[in-house]
Order: sequence, then structure tokens, then C-alpha cells
Amino acid sequence: MLTVHDLACVRGDRLLFKNLSVVLNAGGLLYVLGDNGSGKSSLLKLLCGLLTPETGSVHWCAQNISHAPEVYQSNLTYIGHLNGIKDDLSALENLSFSSGIAGKHVTASEVLDALQAIGIERYAHVAMSELSQGQKRRVALARLWLTSSQLWILDEPFAALDAAAITTLAARLTEHLADGGMAVITSHQEVNINAKSTQSLRLGH
Amino acid sequence: MNQAFFLLLKRDLKLALRKRADLATSLFFFVIVASLFPLAIGPEVAVLSIIAPGVLWVAALLASMLSLTRLFASDLVDGSLEQLLLAPQPLAWLLLAKILAHWLTCALPLVLLAPLIGLQYALASNVLAVLTLSLLLGTPALSLIGAIGAALTLGVRGSGLLVALLVLPLYIPLLIFGADAVAASQHGMSATAQLSLLAAGSLLALVLAPVATAAALRISVE
Amino acid sequence: MHINWFKYSTPQTFYPLAGRMLPWFFGLAVMFGLAGLYVSLALAPTDFQQGEAYRIIFVHVPAAWMSMLIYIIMAAWAGLGLALNARLPAMMAQALAPTGALFTVLALLTGSLWGKPMWGAWWVWDARLTSELILLFLYIGFIALQSSIADPRRADRAGALLALVGVVNVPIIYFSVKWWNTLHQGASINMTNAPTMATTMLIGMLLMTLALWMYTIAVALLRVRCIMLERERSSAWVQILYEVQALPELNTMPGAKT
Repeated sequence: MLTVHDLACVRGDRLLFKNLSVVLNAGGLLYVLGDNGSGKSSLLKLLCGLLTPETGSVHWCAQNISHAPEVYQSNLTYIGHLNGIKDDLSALENLSFSSGIAGKHVTASEVLDALQAIGIERYAHVAMSELSQGQKRRVALARLWLTSSQLWILDEPFAALDAAAITTLAARLTEHLADGGMAVITSHQEVNINAKSTQSLRLGH
Repeated sequence: MNQAFFLLLKRDLKLALRKRADLATSLFFFVIVASLFPLAIGPEVAVLSIIAPGVLWVAALLASMLSLTRLFASDLVDGSLEQLLLAPQPLAWLLLAKILAHWLTCALPLVLLAPLIGLQYALASNVLAVLTLSLLLGTPALSLIGAIGAALTLGVRGSGLLVALLVLPLYIPLLIFGADAVAASQHGMSATAQLSLLAAGSLLALVLAPVATAAALRISVE
Repeated sequence: MHINWFKYSTPQTFYPLAGRMLPWFFGLAVMFGLAGLYVSLALAPTDFQQGEAYRIIFVHVPAAWMSMLIYIIMAAWAGLGLALNARLPAMMAQALAPTGALFTVLALLTGSLWGKPMWGAWWVWDARLTSELILLFLYIGFIALQSSIADPRRADRAGALLALVGVVNVPIIYFSVKWWNTLHQGASINMTNAPTMATTMLIGMLLMTLALWMYTIAVALLRVRCIMLERERSSAWVQILYEVQALPELNTMPGAKT
């Protein structure tokens, strides 16, 4: 269970938001909405523990994440604006690495299955530098088919995807939430995801 | 935990080997700088043998420093760095893997090439051996301390020069002991004290630098 | 008497306190300075080896001592700021750095001025001067790092880490420079070998050191007030200050009100 108490965020000289509190339970989906520059990405990074809040705290299962970050982070998959994949490696190498470093060993066939689910298995052995932005994004998102973390924090996961990929990703999210997972997403678009509970949080003036 | 270390080590080695041109540049920089001094000062063997320990160590230091920004720059740009910060292993341990990969690809070639460059300065073979050993023992400290500088200046404009400014004063003890080890062997004296101090420096850096680098990275990514 | 030290731990409360303390420290600096100069120039005996020129050590040695002391204090403040995640200690470290660098330059220049009549050279690579030079590099590195980072909190923390790494290295650097020096120069040129100091000379140096110390505190307080005004310019407590109100153009500065 993810709990946010009275969170405030300051970037540079600007106060982006304050007094932000939210509770997310298993099966819950949280949409973070707001205009560009309203602090959505910063909020997601605060939830991951990549940024420290100006005031307030984030708790995972009643423990402050800043006290036991490794426990929290082993239960978390974050896909931010940046893909987190290396251009000089192939999709297969990238995904094997990111699963391995998260503590989960995956076989090549599992990776290929994940790539197939998002529609780019034929590029599995190609260096990422040869793929388009959209294809790279899909490789980054393929992690969601390989991970077993409970909490997903995704920054604009649907951007740069075509309609078919959006449907696939939405279905995967629905599956994840039905299995007891939770997700926090920022998105500019309306997407059809079924969740036990859906909340939305709007940032900005 | 060990698995993650070797996974990261293998990944960084693979990445470095796929960009072989980058590795070659720091090696050639070392060669060029070492060649500048005879050109500037004159080729008399007597003079060259006096300046050799210092020049070779300074050239190795500068070449090592050139490659420091490469340690974290590409990871920052493609988002791998934030993923590394979110990995469930201790960051200092993972960074040690990165620094080791960096040392193996950027510093070890220098160490292996040094005897050849030393021949340009007409050094005797026992001196060449001490030169190589001093670099072998000292370059890990250079990479480790340099990593702290690279982490502090991550993403800052002009970070290449800023890293040099921050890190060179900290390199001075290593430079003094390293050059002196070679000079001592030139005079037929034992270089054990200097080499031991270099080794001690590298061990101290091994223990302290990854933790400082991890702290610096977290500060830089905020 | 129960003193609540934490009352003064925010910029808002420390600003007026610093303003009140400032003139006292400047006053003490002038007092100690005058006393020190009197002792060094008038009372201390002429050295029979070095003549009158040696009197430069009454500036050189205190400046060198202070440059090292300030680095340690700066690192301590920076470390405190890092540990407590507080702004004021970090601002104090930032305020001390330029003065520390200044004293290092002063020590180097006066060392040079001493060296010329003594050994006929404007620069000698003796252990202390060389260590001072490296200390200058450490100060410049700290100042450069802080000024290159745009975000003030990141600059604070990065500078703090650098200062702490520097402080750990300073003894190592000093040891290695002494080693280097004994190898190459022998003991012929050694500024650190003070011949038996007459008590008056020692008193003169101590008074000058105290003068420089009071000056440092005064200037650091002054500088930290400027740093506070700049960094906290958008907060309410700055905007109602007399100094800020008196300058109408400052009132039109943009910034989100917290």
C-alpha cells in the first residue's frame, strides 16, 4: 500500500505543489494529470524516491521509503520519460540486463515473448540505435511483461505508441491491476483501463 | 548481489568494446602528450631520463582524466542512471562495477602501453618494470577518485574542465609517489615505500570512493 | 540559562542576528589588528639574520594558519548542512570560501615577498608554500563547483561533498608534499624552520591571527547576509526588509510566493 502524506515539491525556485496526500491500495490505479510543467514527472520521481520532497513523506506498507529504500525499490518498476535503455545494445541484451539488475533472472525466450507481446520481436537482436523512437519506447515498455513488481510508476507510457500498442499496453495494465498490482500513470490521453479503484490527481493552477 | 555486480560489469565492458574508437582516443592522447616533451625540450637522453618519471605520470594522469566524463554521461542521457539508482542493490557496490569496467577499458591499456612509451625516454628495463607497476597500483585510485569528480559535475556545462579542476589537486599525492617510485629505481634504489603508498592509496580509495560517488550521484540527480 | 540555539538556525532569524554581531567583530578585528601591527612592527626585535624584511611573516604565518583553519571550518559547516539537510550551514560554508581563498593567496604573495630578499627568488617550492598552493586549488575547485551548478540546493550539497573529500585529503596532500620536498630540496630552503622565536614575535603572530580570525567572522557574516538576500529573495521576510524596500526595483522581482 502506497501512502503519500502532505507532499510538497520545489524545483529550482518554484514551488510546484504542496499539501499533496493520496493513498493507493492493491488493484488501484492513480492518474496524475496536469499541464506541462505542473510537476507530474517530479511527482513520479518523488514517489520513486529519486527526489527528496521539500516537506511530507511517502510510505510503502507503513514504512517511510527514505528509511528503507531498497525494500521499496525492489517492489517498484519505474519507466520515466527517458527509456533507460542503451543504444549500443540490442533489445534482448537491454531487457536481460534490466531484469537481471532488478534481481529477476529471465531467459531469452521470456524476453522474446515480451517483445512479441508489444509487437517488436523481429528487432530483438538489432542494436537500439537502429530503431525509431516509437520502437525504442516499446522496448522500454516491454519490461512490464517481464517484471513481477507490485507497483508500476509510468510517465506518459502511451505517448509515441500507435493504437494497437496502446490497446496492448492498456490490457497489460488491466491484467497487472487485476493481479493485485498498483499503478501510477501520467497521461495526456484517455485510455481504457479497468481497475478496482481509479483515482485521479490534478496538479497545477 | 554478486550477480548484479557482474551483470553491470559485463554490460559496461560490452558497451565500451562496441565503441572502440573512444578507448583509442585516451590511449593516443597519452602517446601524444608523452611525445610533446621531447619535442619541446630536446632529445638529449640525459635530460629525458630526468624528466621521464614525471612526464609519463602526468601524461597518464591527464589521459585518465580525459575519459572520466564518459563514466556517467551516456547513462544520464538515456535514463539508465536513474534505473541504476532504483536497483535494489547498494548503489556503491554497483558503482564499483562501473568504475572497474572503466578502469579495465581506459586505464589498463595505458598501463600496458607505458613500457613502450618509456622506451622513448631511454629508460632501463628495471625502471620500465617499476613504471608499469606504479601505474598499475596507482591508476585504480585515479579512476576511483575521478569517479567522485565525474559524479559531482554530472550534467554541468563545461564539466570536462571542471572535473579536472576538482580532481587534479586530489591526484597530487599519487603523482608524487608514482613519479618518485620511478625516479628511485632510476637511481638504483628500492621503490618499495613509494609503491606501497600507492597501493595504500588505491585501497583507501577502493573503500571510500564508491560510497562518496554514490552520494554525489544522488545529489546530482536531484 | 536555557538558550534555544535552534531559534537562530533559519535564514530568517539568523539574518538580523548576523547584522547585530557584524560591527562587533569588525571592531575586534581592528583592535587586534592594531595591537598586532604595533607588536610586529614596533616591539618585535630585528632579526639579526634577516633584518627588517622578516617582518612579513607577521602577515604570512597568520594568513597561512587562517587559510587552513577556514577550510576545516568551511568543511564542517558544509558537512553540517549535508547531515541536517539545512540551508543556513550550507550558506555559511559558501560565505567562508572566498575569504579562505583570499588568505591563501595572501599567504602565497607574502611568502613570495619574503622569499625574494631571503633567497633571491620570487617563488620557492618549499613544503608549506606548495601545500598552500594546493589548498588554493581546493578552494577554487569548491567555488567553481558551486558557481557552475544552477540549482542552489544541489550546489550546496555537491560543494559539501567536495569539501568533505578535500578535508580527508588535506593531511594526505600535506604528507606527500613534505615527502616530495625532503627528496628534492633537502633542508636548505625551509620556511617552516622558524629559528627560536622571541616571545614578542609569537605574540605578534597570535594577535595578527586573532585579527584575521575576527575579520573572517565579520566578513562571513556580511557575505552570508548577501547570500540569504539573494537566495531567499522571493520569500516574504526578505521583501519586508528595510534594505529591500528602500530599493524599489527589487520589489518588482518575479518569483513564486511561498
